[in-house]
Amino acid sequence: MIRLTINGTVREVDVEPDTPLLWVIREQIGLTGTKYGCGVAACGACTVHIDGQPVRSCSLPVSEVKANQKITTIEGLSPDLTHPIQKAWLELDVPQCGYCQSGQIMAAAALLKEKPKPTDAEIAEAMSNICRCGTYNRIKAAIKRAAGIPA
Amino acid sequence: MSNAFETNRRSFLAGTVASTAGFTLGFHIPGIDSAAAQGQTPELNAWVVVKPDDTVVIRVARVEMGQGTLTGLAQLVAEELECDWKKVTTDYPTPGENLKRNRVWGNYQTAGSRGIRDSQDYVRKGGATARAMLIQAAANQWGVPVSECYTWKGVVRHRPTNRELRYGQLAEAAAKLTPPADVPLKDPKNWTIAGKSLPRLDTKSKLDGSQIYSIDHKMPGMMLAAVKICPYFDGKLKSYDASKITSMKGVKKVVKVDDTTVAVIADTWWRAKSAIDQMPIEWDKGPHAKLSSDDVTKMLVEGLSADQAFIGNQAGDAKTALASAAKVVEATYAVPHQHHATMEPMNATVVWTPEKCEVWTATQNAESALATAATAAGLPIEKCDVYRLNLGGGFGRRTAHDFVRQAVLIAKEMPGVPVKMIWSREEDMTHGYYHPVTMAKLRGALDKDGNLVGLHMRISGQSILSTINPAGLQNGRDPATFQGLNPSGTEGVFGYGVPNLLIDHAMRNPPVRPGFWRGVNNNQNAFYLESFIDELAAAAGQDPLEFRRKMMKNHPKHLAVLNAVADRVGWSKPPAPGIYRGLAQHMGYGSYVAACAEVSVNAKKEVTIHRIVAATNCGHAVNPQQIAAQIEGSFAYGLTAGLLGEITVKDGRIVEENFDTYPILKMDQMPAVESIVIPTNDFWGGVGEPTIFVATPAVFNAIAAATGKRIRKLPLGDQLAKA
Ligand code: FES
Ligand code: FES
Repeated sequence: MIRLTINGTVREVDVEPDTPLLWVIREQIGLTGTKYGCGVAACGACTVHIDGQPVRSCSLPVSEVKANQKITTIEGLSPDLTHPIQKAWLELDVPQCGYCQSGQIMAAAALLKEKPKPTDAEIAEAMSNICRCGTYNRIKAAIKRAAGIPA
Repeated sequence: MSNAFETNRRSFLAGTVASTAGFTLGFHIPGIDSAAAQGQTPELNAWVVVKPDDTVVIRVARVEMGQGTLTGLAQLVAEELECDWKKVTTDYPTPGENLKRNRVWGNYQTAGSRGIRDSQDYVRKGGATARAMLIQAAANQWGVPVSECYTWKGVVRHRPTNRELRYGQLAEAAAKLTPPADVPLKDPKNWTIAGKSLPRLDTKSKLDGSQIYSIDHKMPGMMLAAVKICPYFDGKLKSYDASKITSMKGVKKVVKVDDTTVAVIADTWWRAKSAIDQMPIEWDKGPHAKLSSDDVTKMLVEGLSADQAFIGNQAGDAKTALASAAKVVEATYAVPHQHHATMEPMNATVVWTPEKCEVWTATQNAESALATAATAAGLPIEKCDVYRLNLGGGFGRRTAHDFVRQAVLIAKEMPGVPVKMIWSREEDMTHGYYHPVTMAKLRGALDKDGNLVGLHMRISGQSILSTINPAGLQNGRDPATFQGLNPSGTEGVFGYGVPNLLIDHAMRNPPVRPGFWRGVNNNQNAFYLESFIDELAAAAGQDPLEFRRKMMKNHPKHLAVLNAVADRVGWSKPPAPGIYRGLAQHMGYGSYVAACAEVSVNAKKEVTIHRIVAATNCGHAVNPQQIAAQIEGSFAYGLTAGLLGEITVKDGRIVEENFDTYPILKMDQMPAVESIVIPTNDFWGGVGEPTIFVATPAVFNAIAAATGKRIRKLPLGDQLAKA
């Protein structure tokens, strides 16, 4: 049994230690907001927070996560869409298909925690997630709005 | 593309239902009203259900895949219904219900930028008819003439007495009325819901992980399947050794799916995938085991000068004009295969029993998914259905249902057990329906004053229809090859007046299966033509805007979008030092688009796109902010192909297997986009694809202006540095 703390709840899962955290979250825990896009840390669709840091969960074996580390998924970012990033995303109608957006939002939330007023270059560097629908400009604008940076 | 899909549709129909003449709004067939059968409020007609609490359910036949169609179609219905937009929800009727009801919801195909333009008429009538019935019900209840009543935000009011009834109070009585035969539609000038930049209906659930995509679907007792499909073109599954993995934790069954595919079924997908990755598999490499991209190129190069070619557009005598020209300009271009790379890989969940087969999946055409599922299930189509779940991208890939067929065949091995099959990214990347590979040789004849008096455009390469739908070919000719180059029509008209013109296609079909990739053949046709127009302007010593304008007198709508970008960017004034501009225009899917890119190229030959101005005339603009989103997204999609992406072939298989080798444009390369939406309100055009056409040629024309170096082959990659 492996113990994990996900969105504030301690969970025990019976799973092979090399299983990527992404698939534990999706299949054992049953939270499907975190997405599979590539499995090789190249797209960011699977981004979650571990102790506040953005992590591509598809490439992290679950055995490397300690029981006391706090895992936050998109479902745990806020109880009611009130995280400033979610609010800005809603105001600017950012998503198209939406499949990448959980990862985008988690990456953006981690960025603002680290750098409350990021520059354009810092935004572009932190936001290396793929969006095949091409919502990048609205993502950038929404991050600035959430950070209170004039557009 | 329209021909292809139409033919598809007809052949599908011929095989499944007897007759489908027209649409019958509000036509109740006893016993099969799905809403009533589920104990819900009866529908007003196929498109509209109003519940007692005033919630309006708008049924949507086309599918949402990010392009905003769901919201746009709901806006059109709600506009005519005059309901309260805040109370609107949507629902996807299944293709099985559609079949039972004589295709009351029409065509489900969502491709070719047709989501709105091909259904706007009948969905608006659905809303207007429902409104008329609600008014009639109120008038009946009050015993007053209909002419004394009006509607506003979900309420019918009696003008003389100010009495009112909410739609929710009237719906049950209204549903019993005979729908009026002919209801007038509103003049778009009077729209208050349609035509407005309303927020999308489906955004919130995309912000907290609650939106359920096909890959997220869960059922009690569900098993998961991973597959390996023969990676070699036309190759086969030779053998596999299941004994190596059957004892692995969670593994339930190893299944030979068909001649090319093997599957592992397990209690989780990760276990299924881990197991199949460890299973020894041997492939029969088939007839193309040595094929490489160089071989494909050789095939295409031969076609560039072949005698035989299918004609797409012809005027005057191009060959004679070229022979007697003051100056002949010639250039050869190339566009490789591309992959759709939807962010959500192909997947489907199926429950099969000897009596019925049910499928939950993400599809751009649930009717064709249903037909595929029924065939694979070995059951009559009436015993099958497809439930539509959200799509993590479509881009044309989800018009083909090879994955649905596989999922059904796998589920058949476990009768009664729900089985969800998910392709790994690697399977998805190597089993696409790729953007066709083509080349083009263009030869232009300039007279002594630098006017273009003759043009021969020879396209050589792959035909999509010859693989996807050979019935759509016209005596062997693939009409879709000439998208945007047609002499006339409403889809994609060649925008220049050239007195002697020949556009022809030498069809060369390598065994890499092609498909409809967002923008389809317009993409390369616009790249070839708009690059060459700039080359001609340069050879004539003329400004590329003026050179185009001279030839566009008979194409005022093409010209208007071009002028719009030129005005906005300030073409008449030189750009800032170090910045260079490029233009492009094209017509496709009924819409007119143009773009101007501003780029700089540094000493290391790195390109920065500073700004793109893009104009669209799509006739009617149903939701301008969503059109702007499609324009922006189209640059990301188009420039991924223009700058980065390339699917190559080596030793009879696709080389690129994941995003590490098939890069996608990211935020750091995404240009600022200023969109200009200028509808002329006299036609209906699409918006999901057209801007893609002009993305690459505008940028490449700007690169040529900046460097003097003309890039004639996609993607740009490091060609500038190497030059
Ligand atoms: S799925 Fe983890 S980065 Fe793509
Ligand atoms: S919104 Fe579709 S991939 Fe980003």
